[in-house]
Amino acid sequence: MATITTSGLTKSFGPVTAVSNLTVELPSGVVGLVGANGAGKSTLIKMLLGLLSPTSGGATILGFDCLTDGLKIREVVGYMPESECLPLDISATEFLVHMARMSGLPADSARERAADTLRHVGLYEERYRPIGGYSTGMKQRVKLAQALVHDPKLVFLDEPTNGLDPAGRDDMLGLISRVSSDFGISVVVTSHLLGELERISDHIVVIDGGVLQRSTSTADATQFAGSLLVEVTDRADAVIAKLREGGASVAEGRNQGSFAVELTDDDVTGTVVAAVAELGVGLVRLQRKRHQLSEIFATNDSPVEVAS
Amino acid sequence: MTSQESAVTPDGVATDSVIHDIGFRHYDGPRLGRGWAFRSLFYETLRGSFGLGRPAKVKIMPWVLIVLFALPSLVMVAITILTASEELPLSYTMYPVAISLVVSLFIAGRAPYAVSRDLRDGIMPLYLSRPIRRQDYVYAKLLGLSAAVWIFVATPVTILFIGALLAKFSVKDAIFGWLGGLLMAAVLSILLTSISLVLASFTKRKGLGVAAVLSTLILLNGFVAVLVSVVDMQSSETAASYFAVLDPYMLVDGLGAAWLGVDTTFLYSQPDGALGAVYYSAVLLVVVTGCVAILLRRFKKVGGV
Repeated sequence: MATITTSGLTKSFGPVTAVSNLTVELPSGVVGLVGANGAGKSTLIKMLLGLLSPTSGGATILGFDCLTDGLKIREVVGYMPESECLPLDISATEFLVHMARMSGLPADSARERAADTLRHVGLYEERYRPIGGYSTGMKQRVKLAQALVHDPKLVFLDEPTNGLDPAGRDDMLGLISRVSSDFGISVVVTSHLLGELERISDHIVVIDGGVLQRSTSTADATQFAGSLLVEVTDRADAVIAKLREGGASVAEGRNQGSFAVELTDDDVTGTVVAAVAELGVGLVRLQRKRHQLSEIFATNDSPVEVAS
Repeated sequence: MTSQESAVTPDGVATDSVIHDIGFRHYDGPRLGRGWAFRSLFYETLRGSFGLGRPAKVKIMPWVLIVLFALPSLVMVAITILTASEELPLSYTMYPVAISLVVSLFIAGRAPYAVSRDLRDGIMPLYLSRPIRRQDYVYAKLLGLSAAVWIFVATPVTILFIGALLAKFSVKDAIFGWLGGLLMAAVLSILLTSISLVLASFTKRKGLGVAAVLSTLILLNGFVAVLVSVVDMQSSETAASYFAVLDPYMLVDGLGAAWLGVDTTFLYSQPDGALGAVYYSAVLLVVVTGCVAILLRRFKKVGGV
C-alpha cells in the first residue's frame, strides 16, 4: 500500500526548480530517498508536510491532501530535520514532553510516551541532564525521539546519519530499521550516501536536480541478480569442468583457485558443495555476492553521487 | 558492508541494573490538535519565563527580580499600617510605573528567553512540523510572555490591595483600585512584550537580546523625560503630554488617567481631555498591532521553509 503518492509535484523558487514534475508512489516500510545535496529532498519533505505549497501538482500522505490537510498530516507524521534543532539548556525528558504536547498528546500521555520513547532510542539516565552536554550521537537520538514521541504513522528522517562516526552510523541505521520493523512506523529516510540506505531500505527513490531518476524496490533490484563466489584449495579446473557439465554458468576468477557461479536458483549452493565433495578438494570460501545498488545506478546515464 | 549486529541497548556500559524492554507501545488515545498545541506552547512560555522546568541557574534572575519588585510594596504596606496612614504611598496604577526599572530588567531577561533561543538553536522546524500554523507560534509566545509579565507586575499590586484591606480602608475603593491596577498591569504587559519580542526576535544571541531590550527601554525612558520637559519649556504642558507616549511606561501611566480617571505618576503623562485620551489609546493600538505585524513577518521565513 502506498503511504505517499505524488503526481506532477513541482516547486520553483523564482528561476530555480527544486522539484520538477515528480510523480512517484512510496510504499510503507523503509523508503530511502537518495540524492546529492541540493537535489530537492528537503523541499520535497517540506511540501509533503504541508509547510510549503507546491507550484503545481499535488500529493497525498496517508490519505491526506498536502495542499489542504497540513494540520491533519502533521498530527500523524513525525519529522527529524537535518539541522541542529535542540534546545541546549533543558533536559531531553522535559523537551520530549513538550514536543509530545505540541503534537496534540494530553499531558499524562505526553509524559509517559516521552520516557518510553527515550528508552527506545537508547537514552537512559542521561535523559535528565541538559541536552547541551550530550554527544553528537546522543543528540541525534533525541532528534529521532522527538519525531517518534507522538507515535506517528510515518516519519521523515532528513540525513539522520550526518555527522556521526562509523559506529554511530551503524547504531542509527539499526534504530531506523527497528522503527519500521518493531514499531511498525513507515520511514522515509534521506541520504546522499546510497551505500548506507541500501542496507536498511525496502524501496529506493533517487532524485537528482529535482527530477525522479529511479524508484525501485530494493528486493527487486538485488534479489536474483547475484552470484556465488567459490574458492577451493586445489584442482579448480576440475571443479569448474564438473559444474559446467551440470549446466551451471561459471566465470573464472583472476586468482588461481577461485571462480564465480551465477545464482540461477536456490540449488546452486548445493550443487557446488556436492561437486567439491565428490572431487575431494578443500572448500575455502563460499560467499553469496549480492549486486550492490550502486552497480545498478552506475549504468544510469545521469550520474548519482555514490559513496559507500 | 558487514556490520556487527547492533545491540538492543546502545551505549550499554555494563551496569547492574536491568532494563526490561517491553517493546514499543502504540498510542491510541486522543490527539487534541491545534488548540491544545497552542495552549501547550503558551504554557511552556509562561513556565519558562519563571525558569520552571529549567536548570537552577536560569531560575535565579527572575525570582530575584520578583522579590526585588515586590519588596517595596511590603514595606509600603507595613508603613501604611504602622503609621495609620489614610492612603497608600503609591496607588495600584502608579506602582509599576514608578519602579519601572525592575520591570524593564525582568522583560529584558525574559523576552530573549522566549524567542532568541528557538531561533538560535533552530527549534522552529520542529514547531512547524507540528499541528499548528506559523502565526500560532507568534501569538502563543506573545500571550505566554505577556501573562508572565502580568503576573510579575500584579504580585506587588495585589500585596498593596491586601495591605489596604488590612489597614481597613474602604473595601469598595480597594477592590476597584486593585482591579484597575490589574487592568493597567495587563496593558503594560502586552505593550512591553510586543516591543521586546520584536527586538529579541532580531537578535539570535541571548545576551545581545537582553542588552537590546534593556537599553531601548532605559534610553527611551531617559530620552522622553528630557524631551517632554524641553517641550514644556518651549511650548506647553499639553504639548508635552503628546510626546510622553513615546515612553511605554508614560503611555500606560496616561492611559490609566484616561480610562480610569486615576492620578498619573508623571506630570507630563496626563492626557489632554477627551482628545488626549483618544490619542493615547490610538498610540497603544498602533504600537501593539505594529509590533505584532513585524513579528508575524519576521517569523514568516524562519525555519528554512
